[in-house]
Amino acid sequence: MKRLLVFAAIFVLFLLANRFLPQWIDSYYLHLTILSCINIILAVSLNLINGFTGQFSLGHAGFMAVGGYTSAAFTYYLGQKLTSALGFLPIMLTKNLIFLSALFSGGLSAAILGLLVGIPSLRLRGDYLAIVTLGMGEIVRVLILNIDAIGGARGFSGIPAYTNVFWVISLTALTIAVVTSLVNSSHGRAFLSVREDEIAAEAMGINTTYYKVTAFVIGAFFAGMAGCLFGHYLQLLHTNSFTFVKSFEIIIMIIVGGLGSISGSIIAAILLTFLPELLRYLGPIKDWRMVIYSLALILIMLTRPQGLFGSREPNWRRFWPFRKPSPSI
Amino acid sequence: MPATSNQPLLQADVCSINFGGLKAVDCFNLKMYPGELVGLIGPNGAGKTTVFNLITGVYKPTGGEIRFESKLLKGKKPYQITACAIARTFQNIRLFGNLSVEDNVKIARHLHYQTSLFGSIWKGKAYLREEDHQHQKISELLGIFGLSPVAKEKAASLPYGQQRRLEIARALATEPKLLLLDEPAAGANPQETRELMDLIRWIKDKFNLTILLIEHDMQVVMGICERILVLDYGVTIAEGPPEKIRKDPKVIEAYLGEEPV
Repeated sequence: MKRLLVFAAIFVLFLLANRFLPQWIDSYYLHLTILSCINIILAVSLNLINGFTGQFSLGHAGFMAVGGYTSAAFTYYLGQKLTSALGFLPIMLTKNLIFLSALFSGGLSAAILGLLVGIPSLRLRGDYLAIVTLGMGEIVRVLILNIDAIGGARGFSGIPAYTNVFWVISLTALTIAVVTSLVNSSHGRAFLSVREDEIAAEAMGINTTYYKVTAFVIGAFFAGMAGCLFGHYLQLLHTNSFTFVKSFEIIIMIIVGGLGSISGSIIAAILLTFLPELLRYLGPIKDWRMVIYSLALILIMLTRPQGLFGSREPNWRRFWPFRKPSPSI
Repeated sequence: MPATSNQPLLQADVCSINFGGLKAVDCFNLKMYPGELVGLIGPNGAGKTTVFNLITGVYKPTGGEIRFESKLLKGKKPYQITACAIARTFQNIRLFGNLSVEDNVKIARHLHYQTSLFGSIWKGKAYLREEDHQHQKISELLGIFGLSPVAKEKAASLPYGQQRRLEIARALATEPKLLLLDEPAAGANPQETRELMDLIRWIKDKFNLTILLIEHDMQVVMGICERILVLDYGVTIAEGPPEKIRKDPKVIEAYLGEEPV
């Protein structure tokens, strides 16, 4: 009951943010905020696979692409029909219902791909898995490039602009909440044990294959939803956005933030989305911004090879003013 | 020694495994009755750990079969075998090094958690109750092994002796009937070894265990095992009570290379 009230409060808060944020914030910064939220979803979900379960996947852009294109096809081809079928409802509601279904279709299609790729390839470890997932991402991209119904090489344009601040922050919050809750549960500990020592995990009664595939499916699901947000935000999808460079970008985020640290992924995703843009303000040396960006990455890795946050969460409660006194041990 | 029941808990019949042309274990026979403490010894490379790996399903036997409580273990994955109530420790300690001592044991309780994946994300009342219940069990276990003060420490940061004890605690958390201990006294000093012997005897009674023990320390093996099996080059060369093994010429030859003068 208490939890429902909290959810209701958050819902209202997000609706208010949706109403007022676009007026308060400069549209350029709003754009960056939305992109960094999408990157947070991608980074946190990839951290579940790479950081917590220890399976080095390089195919996250592939999952994002599948989710993005599936959901875009859903709204593009079925949106009109659904709108007229649901004509008795207010148009605002219809629009958002369609988008909710699109999000699910995007997440689900990516999750199914995750399952299909995961079951055969998760017998591989380390470098081999990385190569398989890299290949998967490229296959997905080339396949999409050759399907004319979703734009092919021209790109898929005419996607309705359903993404708004409400959906972006809701899904970001949902991703963070689900992944945080999951890794702090008995199932989450099973993910960690797979990362730490597979043989010992099996000996403790953990079905490692099941947990690897589960991590892959959940990670892919959220990546698919991120793809959906991305497509319905830019109203244009092009395969150039989903090359392996995109996968590496997400990998860099979780490594800079710290593999196995959710706070790290969030902060790194924000930092690495804003940094290249903010460097535009450097005046005379702004042409060097990508060099400075790369140097910053190298510097972070040299000084903190375990990532900004290592593999642990900082004690955020320390900053909470109303905390209860911690029990003395 | 005293067979409390005539139904063996674990029965291995002519188990063999080849790695290429090498017969790592050849025609291994073993019957273990509930409540027994059996030692498995032999020179380095005799195939002792391979026997453990066969029982726990890490390796598939190329011949023969293993039964546990009359059920055939053939084709079962290691985690399924753990679910049948067989637990093991590892010769080269395999703790989850970056996780806390507490979490190491919690992971081993995995089989006894009921909550579904969605239940553990939602964290409802049933989940919290279960987590509480498991936490109690774990605290109890950590207390027995004297690990309560270090419950929050990283497992890898513990001293060697405590890591060995944590491995046993973790294996016990799966609630086994048969416990396989792979060199629990390796690297321990005489004082720790004595404590370990007492501990093994004590947990055996407390948890109603049947124990199969690999050990190089003869003081431990001769001191606590009721029956000993000696392996050499994958072949069982002797079997019997400690007094008999101590005098067996084949065993002495395997260890020292020739008959003593």
